[in-house]
Amino acid sequence: MTSKSLKVWSAVHTWTSLISMVFMLMLCVTGLPLIFHHELNHVLGYESEPADVPAGTPFVSLDKIVEAGKAQRPQDVVQLVFFDRDEPNVAFVWMNTAIDAPGENGKAVAVDRRTAQVLKEPKLTEGPVAFLLKLHTDMFLGLGGKLFLGLMAVVFLVAMISGVVLYAPFMRKLEFGTVRRNRSRRLFWLDIHNLGGVVTFVWLTVVGATGMINTWADLMLKLWQFGQLAEMTAPYRDKPPLTAIGSLQKAVDVALAAAPEMKPISIAFPGTIFTSKSHFGVFLIGSTPISSRVLQPALVDAETAELTPMRPMPWYVQTLFLSQPLHFGDYGGLPLKIVWAVLDVAAILVLGSGLYLWIARRRKGATRLAEAEGEPSAARMLGAAGE
Amino acid sequence: MKPQTNHIWRIPIVLGVITAVCLVVALVDDGYWDLIASLGLGAVAVFGCYKGYVEKG
Repeated sequence: MTSKSLKVWSAVHTWTSLISMVFMLMLCVTGLPLIFHHELNHVLGYESEPADVPAGTPFVSLDKIVEAGKAQRPQDVVQLVFFDRDEPNVAFVWMNTAIDAPGENGKAVAVDRRTAQVLKEPKLTEGPVAFLLKLHTDMFLGLGGKLFLGLMAVVFLVAMISGVVLYAPFMRKLEFGTVRRNRSRRLFWLDIHNLGGVVTFVWLTVVGATGMINTWADLMLKLWQFGQLAEMTAPYRDKPPLTAIGSLQKAVDVALAAAPEMKPISIAFPGTIFTSKSHFGVFLIGSTPISSRVLQPALVDAETAELTPMRPMPWYVQTLFLSQPLHFGDYGGLPLKIVWAVLDVAAILVLGSGLYLWIARRRKGATRLAEAEGEPSAARMLGAAGE
Repeated sequence: MKPQTNHIWRIPIVLGVITAVCLVVALVDDGYWDLIASLGLGAVAVFGCYKGYVEKG
């Protein structure tokens, strides 16, 4: 690498890192406990425990579940019924002030699927974990915050790529993983930065890129809503609003008859953003790790229980679905979550050491420092480039 | 790639390939696949920690 291109890459690495640094540190720090959000909410008592009934007790009709929700919050309407991947015996009835009210203002009523008994109120949008999640996804700034963090992810991806480009000139005279402990503090942290950066590179690229895709979720939903969903429900566009809604259980049965190997994960009520004004949107998942992430919508007429021929979601929504487990690290049990946490801590170390190196270089004349320490030539050139 | 740069990239490429394969393997199926993926990815993390904290440079 010529000294000129080295200087350019160095400047790219310095500035993209500095711009994204604060946000990436925030994301890595808040992301650490979020890896274990399920376990934490369980321990903190924010989740609803199912009723104590004999194993194998059959599920009651979903209509009874909806009734139980309505009885609990008679002033509200039902927007969704959804299930927990990890706790199949509990159903959540998502209630809101109006059918088209913003989803985040709603409240969940947890109902046991075998007894239709209302369980302890789940706090899905309260508590420390929900606070961290909100900070992590949009910094309490809504869609704008989300898209901003997506942009920071792009900047960070450039920082990582430029970091890898710079790795080679720094390592030319060093064995892999050399950590010079007996020289200066700066050299020690430079070695830790290079080692941590190169070891976590692929993982951090995947988590960063999938995080970026996740920030576009709201936009993808809109695209699907105005594209495929609008096409599928076109014959219903001019129909008057429903006066009475038919059986939810029947709608789910109709959907499952067309896809017997699947199971429902959530059902949107007519008039919500996930379906039309006339259909239940029954969202089905399969049983393998991949098919359990890719939701298959089934639109069922809420009056006649007629199923609109099913279509798979468009490719961009499927990309979003598949990027979610790769970002969350929740698809390989507790061992994978622990590895995710270790790599996250390593990423924090890479970010922190990078920031330290920048400060140290500004504080002391880098050229003098490099010469005094007898650093490899690349590092010396870089030191000069930073001034 | 120049011969002298081979030694720089050999280990990082091996670690990167193990990471990528493990991330995909855990998606394929549950059970053993998850375990293999966690062990592989864990090995990459442990190797990095060993180099950084244990081995004398």
